[in-house]
Amino acid sequence: MPWILFLEQLLNGLQFGLMLFLLAAGLTLVFGIMDMINLAHGSLYMIGAYLMASFSQATGSFWAALPLALAATALVGAMLELTVLRRLYERDHLAQVLATFAIILIANEAVRLIWGSQPIMLNGPAALSGPVELPGGVHYASYRLMIIGVGAAVAVLLYFLVTRTRAGMLVRAGASNREMALAMGVDIKRLFTVVFAVGAALAALAGAMLGPILAVQVGMGENILILAFVVIVIGGIGSIRGAFVGALLVGLVDTMGRALLPMAFALVFRPQVASNLGPSVSSILIYVLMAAVLFLRPQGLFPARG
Amino acid sequence: MNRLIVLIAAAAFACSAPAAERLKIGFLSTLSGPAAGLGVEIRDGFELALKLAGGSLGGLPTEVVFADDQLNPEVGKQLTERLIRRDRVNLMTGIVFSNVMLAVWPSIEQSKMFYVAPNSTPTNISGKGCSPYFFSASWPNEAHHEAAGHFATSKGYKNAYLIAPNYPAGKDSLTGFKRGYKGKIVAEVYTKLNQLDYSAELAQIRAANPDTLYAFLPGGMGINFIKQFVASGMSRDIQLVVPGFVSDQDVVRAVGEPMLGLFDTSHWAYDLDNEANRKFVAAFEKEHKRIPSLFAEQGYTAALVIDAAVRAAKGKVEDVKAFRQALMSAPARVKTPRGDWKVAHNGTPIQDYYVRVLAKDNQGRIVNKKIGTVLNDHVDFWAKECAMK
Repeated sequence: MPWILFLEQLLNGLQFGLMLFLLAAGLTLVFGIMDMINLAHGSLYMIGAYLMASFSQATGSFWAALPLALAATALVGAMLELTVLRRLYERDHLAQVLATFAIILIANEAVRLIWGSQPIMLNGPAALSGPVELPGGVHYASYRLMIIGVGAAVAVLLYFLVTRTRAGMLVRAGASNREMALAMGVDIKRLFTVVFAVGAALAALAGAMLGPILAVQVGMGENILILAFVVIVIGGIGSIRGAFVGALLVGLVDTMGRALLPMAFALVFRPQVASNLGPSVSSILIYVLMAAVLFLRPQGLFPARG
Repeated sequence: MNRLIVLIAAAAFACSAPAAERLKIGFLSTLSGPAAGLGVEIRDGFELALKLAGGSLGGLPTEVVFADDQLNPEVGKQLTERLIRRDRVNLMTGIVFSNVMLAVWPSIEQSKMFYVAPNSTPTNISGKGCSPYFFSASWPNEAHHEAAGHFATSKGYKNAYLIAPNYPAGKDSLTGFKRGYKGKIVAEVYTKLNQLDYSAELAQIRAANPDTLYAFLPGGMGINFIKQFVASGMSRDIQLVVPGFVSDQDVVRAVGEPMLGLFDTSHWAYDLDNEANRKFVAAFEKEHKRIPSLFAEQGYTAALVIDAAVRAAKGKVEDVKAFRQALMSAPARVKTPRGDWKVAHNGTPIQDYYVRVLAKDNQGRIVNKKIGTVLNDHVDFWAKECAMK
């Protein structure tokens, strides 16, 4: 395999991983701090992408639409927390799963009522529509490079927020020991609403960034939500650092597996067998990774609770 | 005396097979969930034809009972039983996806119920398992792919790269393409069903640098793939060819400009030059404020076929022999948007397939323009395996 191809796959894995991180960050915070399984996180991702599509059609500009979509989705997230999810914190996980699964169905049908059944259009900025030539002769989609930049910037920002600010301290306290944080007088209700809104905005950012390279359609959240759950299980529930490492691992293993495994099999097996085996094995690779991590470290790579 | 006449008339009526006074059609389709777009398009086409016919097909006031299979074969089976047993429909139509079709087909066939396909026409039902109760108003499952293979050959593409999802219809599609294609196959790649990111595959395609790339990636997968393919800049060097049902208006509305210049194959095009098509396209645009896709054409044509067949059978839908005959000759008696077509003995269309290019029309809208005919009077490959006369 020529090294150019390898480098390109590396960038692809990085880009996919960073987007998974945006989704997983919100999910892991909600799961870790509120001890709440929120299956509807994928719906916020979908709503973010749809709002982004509408705003960018209305304003005619990708960049003007982005803050609007993030703010609107954060608002939707906060409303969801205030009206429904707040009532679920005391319930067991089964009730939470059932209720948030219901929210998925409601969100899907609501989006269909508003925007219609068919996928809608969301294109990136025209300046980034083609490829650029990187040093070394790699042609790479400029939009994907931009995604890598945005993802990395958000990761740094989040890291700074969580480790260096007072709000971040409360979040970490809530994640590692909720009862103790409560006892120390943290306004947990407000903290939960804020964390949920931030998680929703991050999901919307992922939706808005991925919209131009993926289909913006009803149900788009469910596909990617499964990957986000794999990420937080690998990384350790409640840990931003774990979500970051887990997301990059999943992104790289998934992309590299799809690129390298068929080639590796082609060297060993007959073409017929290799072409059947390649896609089957590469599609389960991240689950194998998850099983391996759980076997060696049942709490994930960076458990938030000591 | 009057009473006697009534009695005689009643007796005479009871002796011949009763003609229905109303027509009740069971429309089982995927109308909710992520994949609902296609079912809705077929329904809109079907309802448009019914509306233009004044609410009656074949001269009988028509009621359509809608049922939503949610793309779940089990749900489809239960709803089929309900449509047949409780709603007592006279015939059925509507199914979008082959997995639902194959699951519900045994119930329909055992009930001796006629089914007019507005989309899915699986090789199992058109080949060895053919049945007098099955009629397709769309196209045999492999036909678009086969036409694409012929097109790639005629265009002089020396080598082709093939990509499809790793599930039965994906493998069938590439089999269909290879039947029509005479050049060299560089690689045949199967990807995960519902895959989101195609960057790994795209990098390999760039390295292989084929003349043409044939992609069968239905629904959201195709949208993901086309967006990413164009963003990678490869569309300048490698010609993308796809089957027409993954690149019609429903996808155009989601992808837009990046689709310009792509080739696809189809049994129909919105600009086909015939009177019935102009009427259909104009009426659909007026009703729904959007350009119809081929799915809408299939729903519309299914309704036209039912209309012609019920009329020819004088409403005797239950009379198997008469209604079968009426169905088989229906396309000859009605003008449909796709132009003239005939029916093979397995109930599938013998029709032309066209190649279309994604281009702008004079109003600046992106449309699938017909640029040529690939296959004339094409017969389903699997018809030869159908033992039925």
